[in-house]
Amino acid sequence: MEGKGLNVGEYVDLMALLLDLELRDEYRDGVIANFERIMAIAQVVNEFPLPETIEAASIFEP
Amino acid sequence: MSLEQADAVAIAAAVREGKVSAVEVTKAALQRIAARDNELNCFTTITADTASRDAERIDREIAQGKNPGCLAGVPFAVKNLFDIAGLTTLAGAKINAENPPATQDATAIARLKQAGAVLVGALNMDEYAYGFVTENFHYGTTHNPHDLKRIAGGSSGGSAAAIAANLVPLTLGSDTNGSIRVPGALCGVYGLKPTYGRLSRAGVALFSNSLDHIGPFARSVRDITTAFDVLQGEDERDPVCTKRLQSQMLDAMSRQSIENLRIAIAGDYFEKGASPEALEAVQNIADALGVTQYVTIPEAHRARAAAFVITACEGANLHLEKLRLRPQDFDPATRDRFLAGALIPSSWYIQAQRFRRWYRDKVREIFQKVDVILAPTTPISAPFIGQETMILDGEEILVRPHLGLFTQPLSFIGLPVLSVPIVRPNALPLGIQLIAAPYNEALILRVASVLEAKGVLCV
Repeated sequence: MEGKGLNVGEYVDLMALLLDLELRDEYRDGVIANFERIMAIAQVVNEFPLPETIEAASIFEP
Repeated sequence: MSLEQADAVAIAAAVREGKVSAVEVTKAALQRIAARDNELNCFTTITADTASRDAERIDREIAQGKNPGCLAGVPFAVKNLFDIAGLTTLAGAKINAENPPATQDATAIARLKQAGAVLVGALNMDEYAYGFVTENFHYGTTHNPHDLKRIAGGSSGGSAAAIAANLVPLTLGSDTNGSIRVPGALCGVYGLKPTYGRLSRAGVALFSNSLDHIGPFARSVRDITTAFDVLQGEDERDPVCTKRLQSQMLDAMSRQSIENLRIAIAGDYFEKGASPEALEAVQNIADALGVTQYVTIPEAHRARAAAFVITACEGANLHLEKLRLRPQDFDPATRDRFLAGALIPSSWYIQAQRFRRWYRDKVREIFQKVDVILAPTTPISAPFIGQETMILDGEEILVRPHLGLFTQPLSFIGLPVLSVPIVRPNALPLGIQLIAAPYNEALILRVASVLEAKGVLCV
């Protein structure tokens, strides 16, 4: 993923600041661990090549 | 007639025929709940007073010669994320306990009441429906009636356990990534996740807008079909509720066979992570149906990953304000997941939604060749309460996320799925998913009714 060399802790702190989410010391590590997990899972989807014609549906219909 | 063992359809028939009163049925259910719920912890609220009044009204209507409905006098309960008029909707969260009471029932509750069913309470769940275990940080753990040391599954754990323990014959739950099917399987009861948008979610606290479904739990196919029939219908209160015409299924089911149905077993992804007992259960069902064909659902592992991203993102954004103001009042595990989800870049979310469209089209192609697909519901039977890991395919993996291994890729594109119970002698129950193309609930209900009639499910 493009995140090679990314400092996840820094990313989490900056994004939390942007979204006005306070990350207290007692749970900052838990949030970082969860974000690292999401990042690894998202990679499975992000690395999959999709045709440009595939749009994200604004209203999902099965 | 044993009120404890009877299914909803049998109870309603007995009530309508005057063999038993709705008041007697309700009283018996409340007594069973009082006797057993201390050890099970299915219920967060018991609505004894309103249930008694509703039962008295039904008995009066019968005395006046009126037809009180196809679920006359049937006690039911709902996951505590359905609005119940006059009660605060918890959604398993401590923060919500401070909210004002709901001013009207959720549409699903109103429709069941309209059919004569009697609401007896609200049921435990994972906080904000984020989990597969119902080990609720604030309201305690729901225990599996088959073994009290084990989980009931989640997030609709109270809904499944209440059925399995014969406390009530009918409950409602919600399913985002498997929250009806997982507890249904672990508790050995039927759980139906209908097509996305098929049943109204009005008055239901959402977890992930584009993935949430509601659906019923029951002990028989005719009960789950009856409930589905009652719950169907357009609803202006829910913007995603389909405008398709209802198709009542109970009458049609008894006249239809499954001889011409093309049924296949889900291979590859759906076999790799399953325990030998789960694979054996699928094979037994396949044998009973004479099924030998396999299909591959392409990129199912990526579908699960995309579902994870969408859930984390949508769930977090629903609770953003509470995460800003009161993070200390969440279950710490839920809070940390939500906070991480709030930080997901939009491009990841969009890619997951684009993948969803691609995947939906690929799965639609499969349903050109196959009518119903079989797959395990969970990789294993109910784990112990607090159990953190399990061994699958020789690898030690986390229990909590992987209970949804086989349910997530199917929720993701809104397919209708029925988890049928496999209740085994001297062993814990398992579930098998019967999966169909969108809006084809009738097919999976028909297959389930045949399996039930063959006695291979042994509920």
